[in-house]
Amino acid sequence: MKTRLRRSNRPVTAPLVGLLLGAVVASVTVACGGSTSKQPAKTVIQDTGSDTMVNLAQAWAEAYAKVAPQVSVEVSGGGSGTGIAALENGTVDIANASRQVEPQEAAAAKKNTGKEPREFMVGYDALAVYVSKSNPMEEISLAQLATIYAEGEKVTKWSELGVKMPDGADEIILVSRQSNSGTYAYFREAVLGKGRDFKLGSRDMQGSKDVVELVSKTPGAIGYSGMGYAIPEVKQLRVASKAGETAYAPTVENTLNHTYPIARPLFMYTLGEPTGAVKTYLDWVHSDVGQDIVRASGYVPLPKPGAGQ
Amino acid sequence: MQTRRRWEILVEAAIESLIRLCGVSAILFVFGIFFFVFREGAGFLFSGFNAREFFTSPEWYPTSQSHVRYGVLALIAGTASVTALAMAIAVPFGVGAAIFVSEFCGPRWKEALKITIELLAAIPSVVWGFIGLTVMNPLIMWGFGVPIGLTVLNGGVVLALMSVPIIVSIGEDAIRAVPDSYREAALALGVTRWQLVYRVLLPAAKNGLLAAVLLGVGRAAGETMAVLMATGHAVKIPTSVMDSVRTLTATIAAELGEAPVHSEHYQVLFIIGILLFSITFVVNLTADLVVRGIKRR
Repeated sequence: MKTRLRRSNRPVTAPLVGLLLGAVVASVTVACGGSTSKQPAKTVIQDTGSDTMVNLAQAWAEAYAKVAPQVSVEVSGGGSGTGIAALENGTVDIANASRQVEPQEAAAAKKNTGKEPREFMVGYDALAVYVSKSNPMEEISLAQLATIYAEGEKVTKWSELGVKMPDGADEIILVSRQSNSGTYAYFREAVLGKGRDFKLGSRDMQGSKDVVELVSKTPGAIGYSGMGYAIPEVKQLRVASKAGETAYAPTVENTLNHTYPIARPLFMYTLGEPTGAVKTYLDWVHSDVGQDIVRASGYVPLPKPGAGQ
Repeated sequence: MQTRRRWEILVEAAIESLIRLCGVSAILFVFGIFFFVFREGAGFLFSGFNAREFFTSPEWYPTSQSHVRYGVLALIAGTASVTALAMAIAVPFGVGAAIFVSEFCGPRWKEALKITIELLAAIPSVVWGFIGLTVMNPLIMWGFGVPIGLTVLNGGVVLALMSVPIIVSIGEDAIRAVPDSYREAALALGVTRWQLVYRVLLPAAKNGLLAAVLLGVGRAAGETMAVLMATGHAVKIPTSVMDSVRTLTATIAAELGEAPVHSEHYQVLFIIGILLFSITFVVNLTADLVVRGIKRR
């Protein structure tokens, strides 16, 4: 009687505990076992930052993977501000930026990592002003752009600029970028002027492509983005530096001969002088092959120096 | 009498303490998170932080070169408006669906309906944001004739669709938990089915339904990716449902990556985190007190 009771009352804990112990031992073995990979270690270059440059950086990375298969370049966007912040913390090898590093950012990098950011110009980008295809406007001046975008300016309708929009889409829909964007910072400095801020209430998109997409879907919208992001459904406005002067279109030629007023250089920053795989990559980016990719991606390559490269 | 072996006693004690640890750890994690968030933002909070500007100014310029301003009034208005609209849409739909599934539905349809509604909950929030951006945007522009479709309405509808499964699941459980004796008694008195629901079941399931609604509010207020993409991300106090807004959560998500660690901007973003934490805490506390008030009556 007693034996039978004991057997039926035997707790379930015995097999349960055994199972738990087995699971613990198995997971510890797997975690500490380590992999015995027979592949040679790949050099990884972390390349983060400007969203304007992300397509270009990806095109470079993919082409470079064919040139140097033992090096893997990992590209991500996030905005110039994000890339530079990562450089300040020392977590990336190369930071892409569509604006220059500010003095306080360089000081922060020196404080955190002991090295100063080293600047490399890798191309140019013309900042294009996009409007919907149904918008009758063809050109705009920097002053007009400032009256639309700057804080304290009261222009909110297309009719105030003398533009008659079809279908009564009179309200100007401002499309901008978020504050971590180098494009945002460059536009603020070049168009709004030093010391001025953007008007509140603009739709702040995350990436260069998002700006153009929103403008293409919204008849009353105006937005700014890299020239390489143009799609057939939007129109690029010609920009004049002063009202009444000739307005130029955002093209490669107009950028190189400095007639287009809002063109900016594109940079890659490293901490201190680059060495090893990073240096080889940067040299390749500056070579003819790298600069051909710049042109193919819709940006402006560095002008070739006169004699001998 | 059966004696216990020693190892059984030890194992029993070990498992009990493990379970107790799991229970206590929930409290520990909550306090730990609050402490971590508070510590990151505390530096700026106690030196140079202008609380009046923070809460009453709609101007959010954290990266200005000339005049840095940290005013979150527009962001609070954004979160409040989108959450309020989402709840205004989700609560009638959710509670109605819960009543339908538990009371009026045939048994075959019940399972299918529950599974489909739970499928709605399984959709990732970034996919909802994408739907808001590409599907609802042109729909709203076409349907209402407005210049842009990334608005409070868009965000509210998307959030409502995300909160409905939570409200339905928990609400349906609450209604089903009402004892059958209530139903039988009411039917014996000759009520119609709708009178049964409205007069007997809903008052009896009040606590559970309130809990369901509050969980829905929590989901809506804390949602980040969907509102980042669907509301237009504009710093503006909305004057109609056709205005673009920005929420507190989307601001943190968009700007934390670029704010240099321990800078003022970084700390202000953590202070916004503390604000969000406090809002959810107050909502839950109010709910708990209301539920207790209902119980006492």
